[in-house]
Amino acid sequence: MTAYLLKRIAIAIATLVLASLVVFAVLEIVPGDPARLMLGMNASAEQVEQLRTQMGLNDPLLLRYLHWAGDLLTLDLGRSLTYSVPVLDLVRERVAVSLPLALIALALSAVIAIPVGLYSASRRGHAGDTLAMGAAQIGVAIPNFWFALMLIYLFAVWLRLVPAGGFPGWGNGIWPALKSLLLPAVALALPQAAILARVTRSALIDVLNEDYIRTARAKGLPYRAVLWQHALRNAMIPVLTILGLQFAFLLAGTIIIENVFYLPGLGRLVFQAITQRDLIVVESVVMLLVAAVIAVNLIVDLSYAIVDPRLRGRE
Amino acid sequence: MTLPVDVSREKPERLVARAFANRSFVIGFVIAVSVVAMALLSFFWTPFDVTKLVIADKTQAPSLTHWFGTDHFGRDILSMVMVGARNSIAVALVAVGIGMGIGVPLGCLAAARGGWLDEIVMRLNDLVFAFPALLSAIMITAIFGPGAVNAIIAIGIFNIPVFARVSRAGALAIWPREYILAARAAGKNRTLITLEHVLPNIATLLLVQGTIQFALGILAEASLSYVGLGSQPPMPSWGRMLFEAQTRMAIAPWMAIFPGMAIVVTVLGLNLLGDGIADILDPKSRRRS
Amino acid sequence: MSPPKGLLQIENLSLEIGGVPVLKDVDLAIERGEVMGLVGESGSGKSMTALTIMQLLPHAARARGSVIFDGIDILAATEDQMCALRGDDIGMVFQEPMTALNPVKTIGGQVAEGIRWHTRVSRAEAEDRARQILDRVGLPEAKFPLSRYPHELSGGQRQRVVIAIACALKPKLLIADEPTTALDVVLQAQILDLLRDLVAENRMGLLLISHDLAVVTEMADRITILRHGEVMEAGETARVLSEQEHPYTRQLAQASMHVPRRKETAIGRWAIGSREGSDNVRLPTADLPTAIPLLSVQSISRLYPGRRTSLFRRDAPVHAVDDVSFTIAPGQSVALVGRSGCGKSTLARMILALDKPSSGEIRFRGETITGRSEADLKPARRDMQVVFQDPYGSFDPRQKVEKLVAEPLHLLEAQPSPAERRDMVVHALREVGLSETDLNKYPHEFSGGQRQRLSIARALITRPRLIVADEPVSALDVSIRAQVLDLFADLNDRLGVAYLFITHDLTVARAITDEVMVMHDGRIVERGPTPSVLDSPRSEAAQALVAAAPDLHRALAKKIREQG
Repeated sequence: MTAYLLKRIAIAIATLVLASLVVFAVLEIVPGDPARLMLGMNASAEQVEQLRTQMGLNDPLLLRYLHWAGDLLTLDLGRSLTYSVPVLDLVRERVAVSLPLALIALALSAVIAIPVGLYSASRRGHAGDTLAMGAAQIGVAIPNFWFALMLIYLFAVWLRLVPAGGFPGWGNGIWPALKSLLLPAVALALPQAAILARVTRSALIDVLNEDYIRTARAKGLPYRAVLWQHALRNAMIPVLTILGLQFAFLLAGTIIIENVFYLPGLGRLVFQAITQRDLIVVESVVMLLVAAVIAVNLIVDLSYAIVDPRLRGRE
Repeated sequence: MTLPVDVSREKPERLVARAFANRSFVIGFVIAVSVVAMALLSFFWTPFDVTKLVIADKTQAPSLTHWFGTDHFGRDILSMVMVGARNSIAVALVAVGIGMGIGVPLGCLAAARGGWLDEIVMRLNDLVFAFPALLSAIMITAIFGPGAVNAIIAIGIFNIPVFARVSRAGALAIWPREYILAARAAGKNRTLITLEHVLPNIATLLLVQGTIQFALGILAEASLSYVGLGSQPPMPSWGRMLFEAQTRMAIAPWMAIFPGMAIVVTVLGLNLLGDGIADILDPKSRRRS
Repeated sequence: MSPPKGLLQIENLSLEIGGVPVLKDVDLAIERGEVMGLVGESGSGKSMTALTIMQLLPHAARARGSVIFDGIDILAATEDQMCALRGDDIGMVFQEPMTALNPVKTIGGQVAEGIRWHTRVSRAEAEDRARQILDRVGLPEAKFPLSRYPHELSGGQRQRVVIAIACALKPKLLIADEPTTALDVVLQAQILDLLRDLVAENRMGLLLISHDLAVVTEMADRITILRHGEVMEAGETARVLSEQEHPYTRQLAQASMHVPRRKETAIGRWAIGSREGSDNVRLPTADLPTAIPLLSVQSISRLYPGRRTSLFRRDAPVHAVDDVSFTIAPGQSVALVGRSGCGKSTLARMILALDKPSSGEIRFRGETITGRSEADLKPARRDMQVVFQDPYGSFDPRQKVEKLVAEPLHLLEAQPSPAERRDMVVHALREVGLSETDLNKYPHEFSGGQRQRLSIARALITRPRLIVADEPVSALDVSIRAQVLDLFADLNDRLGVAYLFITHDLTVARAITDEVMVMHDGRIVERGPTPSVLDSPRSEAAQALVAAAPDLHRALAKKIREQG
């Protein structure tokens, strides 16, 4: 167990360090001088130079990287150039929108997809399976932002059941906030659910062809019991993998969906920051998202070990 | 024991016959061919000129003249969908080419050499996978400027680890086979073995992954264009058309419906094609349905 | 026809799978406490007969006829009725122990599950009973607690768990479908003993399915011989096999005991250097003094790093091959026998320079091949070729025969022209009994035996002096096996090619080798002329192998004594 755990953790840390190097390097080569940006076009060359020294922009590359990484680790993210507030506050405020959105979408996707996959696998070739997989095939092909537009048209413009966009904030009660996250979450979740349902089905069908399923049947267990007690757990590994990937995708998917629904989330923040060249915000949010993805992948790796005793080994 | 017919062992004529008996493959093939034909046709003929603005005809609902209606500049949506197909196909195709061209050699190399080289390739893969693809594509296109070429590069980069992973996994499954040992006993080196034995045997796998990535590329291009970072006006693109439709949902929903349908149908067709190819060529997946 | 009073009564059973006939009018009856052997070559429908009794057939299967088990009409039974029978009154043991157990559940859980399902006892009581049966099948609590997972067990141990599952509720009928085919001979003997005892203790009926006539003869009271889905002959084991009334029975029995005709022991021949009247024999002595052995292995070892237990700690390294030395003379045919995992395949790979020894040296025709670069190895590789076990896996499915067989020509200094290449391939094909018309076929168009001939043709094309054959006939049916062994013997006679035969099957060693080396735990523990090692083994490992090896002569003699 420990060897596997330690290796996964070491890989996660190494990936995080490499990722931070990449982000740092990319921002290094981006055109535009942050000091110049902060001071505006009217500032003199001396003023800019002074601020550069003050900000540590003239230090050697390695020193600057270490300094930057150290600040990140201590959550000292600096101040946004365009919003003139600490980036940490900005991020905290926006995470309160994006994280619930991604989690609701992920939960929705799993809750829809896994039962559908189970049903389809156990009724393989029947009309229900064909119908469900046909729907899934179409679901996979739908771009989530277009689906979002269609949902807005149907539920907001036509039926007027929910707001077409915007976010009232958590301060005005949970229900209005949840209500405004509902359509975005559905728009994010359904295409993902379609993928997950297909994966669940094919993983189960693969497992159902295994020899040990026949052994279980030869014990006299009815098909349903075999499906639940033997097949499902073995089929969880590919399903978990996809769930992990989907979380990463959902985090990024919020960028577009938040733009569609005018939600003040991380995605909108990073998108605006990129277009406004507010690099301090960009680097912080990107690192945050990357760290989240790596953390989720690590959790997925660790959960493999819970599902599959072969990864645990003996002590 | 069922009697599995390993299709790779079939004669080509039989294979074609079986392909056209496969529902997914036929539907996918017809859709894919139609979309490509539509894109090619648009070079010579479209119902209306997409560069000409006819303000008098703006936001007209679908009619016999304008099958898909017109946009806020009075341009014919059908014509724009046709021209937009070029852009989608070109971006996705080249991005798949980049992914395959770099990813497959990397994956094969990692599988053939193993050891630290394999470890490096895999860790680089992890690194790329750690960046949410869309976020990075947005960053790349925003930093280097919006446009079709940068969109291609951004999407292409994220295809590299996908193909590296698939070809590595495929090659790793081939290497322990006895025919590889036989080839080694015949004095063939790793490069020769990879070219002669490994690549032909993972070609199907790559073909299937290629169609999937092609479909994903079309979705990604649409997303980038939608946020304004894909190909630039006046060249119509499906994603951009959706962006322009967004604020006019209440008055001209057709502006959003038809380009979206174009994306869905194209991606659906490619996915069906991929499923079909996998079904026909991989006996294991075939027994599934 | 007698009234159905037996345990299992199969009459006129016909089976189609997706329209393809698999069984035709099969009759088979088993009494309580009786062992019925069902014998046949691959594709004879043995397994399908078993799955019909269990009603675990694929969806596309349609069965006709009657299958009566203990008064119950199986073909008419509902799924619920079958669930009540399976695991309770009928138990089944499968061929592949490595995949027959669920990898994510403990062995205790998997044994107790069936007990709980059928008897509705509490979890604790079911585990108690699981404990008892696991003890009974030879997995004592101290070493194999219920909490063990399948991956922590060896193949033989896993097969014991599968047997425990099948026998947990003392079924009236046990079906064992090739239960020992995936195991080595020593494990096979142990598992067969266990099955025999369990059947006797509980007066179970046993349907033992096997391709191995010797195994079935040892075990079965009566046998049924199946071919292409039809029963050829059935009756008391001793009578059927001693009288051999049916021509197919005779064919099977003879193939099982087949020993190829060899001109004389090759070693004697090459020791004197040449032989009169053998112009078609290429003399390896022409350019090489006979004093130099063809292959000389000098104290080679191969260590594998131990299992990693934590980030910084590993178990002690494993000696897969431990200080092995031997020589093979030109034209000599040597067998390397041993149990699975004894290191024989690792040794073979090092000889073929496909794996590097950790220490020691291998010399081929007097020159060292250890540590040589691929380019320097070319001459050695030319003279040393390989034949693998799996006739399906040893060919690239996407290449045609011409290209496949020509592959080793890559080793020639001067590359032949396409026409020459073709001639050489045709020549090699003829050598192994195939023809020019096979050049443009894909490997799948050949049967298993033909594919092994192709494999030999590929090995012969560079005219090697030594062929290393790793279990070359163990995946083949007996009748095909006899033909391929004949081919090996014939090539040794005609071309003077030396063999290193790696096998766990002593009958193969006996059939075509001059000398036997017995390998155990990475070491060679005994070497000597084949008849003397096999008839009077000295080392413990060799004795165990010889005692465990199924032998049709011996088994039949014993059966005749028992059954009169």
